[in-house]
Amino acid sequence: MPLDLVVNVAVGGVLTGLVYGLMALGLSVIYGVVRIVNFAHGEMMTVAMYGAVLLYTRLGLDPLLMIVPVGMALFLAGYAIQSLLINPFINRPEHVQFMLVIGIAIIIANGLLIGFGPDARNAPVSYAMDSFSLGPLLLDKVRVYAAGGAFVVAALLFGFFRYARTGKAIRACADNYVGARVVGLDVKRLYALTFGIGTACVGAAGSMLALLVDVTPSLGPSYTLLAFVIVIVGGLGSMAGALFGGVLIGLSEALAGLFFAPSAKSMFSFAILILLLLFRPQGLFGRRA
Amino acid sequence: MDKPAKRLLHLPISRRAFGIGAGAAVAAAVTPFNIVRAQTGPLKIGVLLPKSGYEAQIGQSCQRGVDLAPALLKELGYSVDLEIMNADTETNVDVARSRAEKLIADGANLLIGAFDSGQTSAIAQVTEQHGVPFVINIGSQPQITESGYKWVVRNFPTTVQLITRGLERIKTLLAETHTTPKTAVYLHVNDTFGTAVSGAINKLVPTMNFPFKIVEEIAYDPAAKDLSVEVSKAKATGAELVLVTTRINDAILLVREMVKQRWSPMGIVSPGSPGMYEEGFFSALGKYSDYCLMMVPWVNPKAPMTRQITALFKSKYPNDPVDPHIFNVSFTFEAFLVAADAYKRAGTTAPAELMAALRKTHIERHIMVGGPIEFDAKGQNNGIVTVGLQDRGGRAVVVLPKEAAEMEPVFPMPAWNDRT
Repeated sequence: MPLDLVVNVAVGGVLTGLVYGLMALGLSVIYGVVRIVNFAHGEMMTVAMYGAVLLYTRLGLDPLLMIVPVGMALFLAGYAIQSLLINPFINRPEHVQFMLVIGIAIIIANGLLIGFGPDARNAPVSYAMDSFSLGPLLLDKVRVYAAGGAFVVAALLFGFFRYARTGKAIRACADNYVGARVVGLDVKRLYALTFGIGTACVGAAGSMLALLVDVTPSLGPSYTLLAFVIVIVGGLGSMAGALFGGVLIGLSEALAGLFFAPSAKSMFSFAILILLLLFRPQGLFGRRA
Repeated sequence: MDKPAKRLLHLPISRRAFGIGAGAAVAAAVTPFNIVRAQTGPLKIGVLLPKSGYEAQIGQSCQRGVDLAPALLKELGYSVDLEIMNADTETNVDVARSRAEKLIADGANLLIGAFDSGQTSAIAQVTEQHGVPFVINIGSQPQITESGYKWVVRNFPTTVQLITRGLERIKTLLAETHTTPKTAVYLHVNDTFGTAVSGAINKLVPTMNFPFKIVEEIAYDPAAKDLSVEVSKAKATGAELVLVTTRINDAILLVREMVKQRWSPMGIVSPGSPGMYEEGFFSALGKYSDYCLMMVPWVNPKAPMTRQITALFKSKYPNDPVDPHIFNVSFTFEAFLVAADAYKRAGTTAPAELMAALRKTHIERHIMVGGPIEFDAKGQNNGIVTVGLQDRGGRAVVVLPKEAAEMEPVFPMPAWNDRT
């Protein structure tokens, strides 16, 4: 098999994986702090994708430039969902919380179906069909921009949690819930903030993914599943793990499609997941419970 | 109270006996009405289409044929009383099966559907089990009419017919354009339809003296969101011709990736699949949708009924172009035409009589290119003709056979960057 073909496919897989990683980062942040498994994750990303597509088709605004406004809108929605819906359920059994977020997912998917119909929509930006040429390497322009955007957003998020006062407070809540309350942190507000940050990540990822994938209302569950696979592979609650897991899954799917049957490429992500669950259940970057 | 009356009140009736008696009474009360419901009144037609999921665009397109059917049937003089019951299969075989069960339970006298071979096959099993006639609008899996089903008729070619006729048209194309590609790569969906077509292509291509040989076959999931790897792999074969079996979303992804990867083959040709003549394909790809070729059954532009359905479509959907919908709309309407015609002749909604009338169908005037609509002993219409279509300027035009052509075929197609 020609080397340039393998390299082209591998680079494409890594670039797509970075966007996947950003999407999964949101899930990991939410789980790491609030301990809620967000089954509506994919649906929230679909909302962001529709937002980006609408802003492009109605106002001609490039989805890449809409990362911030779409992310902000999703942040507000996430903050509201956590404050109004999830916080009252925070001390209830896990299965009750699951039902709540699954309910939110169903409402979002059907709301989108009512609002936009079942047809696939996309944002046909002027550079949608362009590629960068680097010797034998041909890089899809949209994918390069989206991966770059994902990298920047992830770096900002890492910086926020490491250096910002609020970021440190959120980490304190994640590490020790009782301790955080004892020192006077407003845990419920920080939870809402975390959920908002998680959904903002999804908003940014959705805005970029709108350039790569045509959006339909039924898109959500497959991305929720993908985010779960990535987060479990990377390690639940680990931000670096989510990003690395995204790249690993993107790369493995691309290479599996090339070396084996393309129709069986998802099988390889699940094979990685099963192997990890068997031999390193905490994930690649997760801490043992 | 006298003694006999007292005895009657104190009869030792067990709970089981009471249950059996009550059941029998309910059955006796309801059965005559069922018989009445099954034989008179409107013909209740249950329509099953994939109106959501990844085939939604095509299902919605077919639905327009359903919505136009009552008015057009009236124009054609079929003054039959129809009641349409719509159901969405959600592009899912199991949902198709359960929706078919539900429609029959709700009193459907006849089912129409379901565009997709897998879903159609599942529905055929249900109608066979319940003894309810089923008219297939679109769905080509050969087994559906080869399994000895008694309650199915299909006004659509089988995969083998579709592919044999499609490949013959490709031969005509190569002969008329004096081109001889030496190699081809075959990309196809891996659903029921795609797998059946792939089997037929592998069987037929080596026997039909084509100048090219298929150097690689690449199957993919029809719900795939990214086909970059598949296209990279196909490009690496260096094949001159791309044969495809697509649905709509994957057809868009394939062409988009070919443009991104700067791969301009001699042509992209489908021997009998949907996707590249749909509205969504034109709107998503613009100038890059041009010159794709499809060998498919198509409407007869000279048939009066084609003009009638086109006029009705334009009046009902003034903002939508008719061409990208005409295939789905016309085949779906023809299924209604077959059903209404059988009902008119049978004079009853009783399943056996309705099915007997369906089997004796002979409709001379209709929309699609081909002979009269009639079914063989297996319920298959064998008279549907395949034409060569090419996307030109945002619509699919007939380029083959010569006698029906609106334009000359352009083959090899211009490179992506030579398009304005």
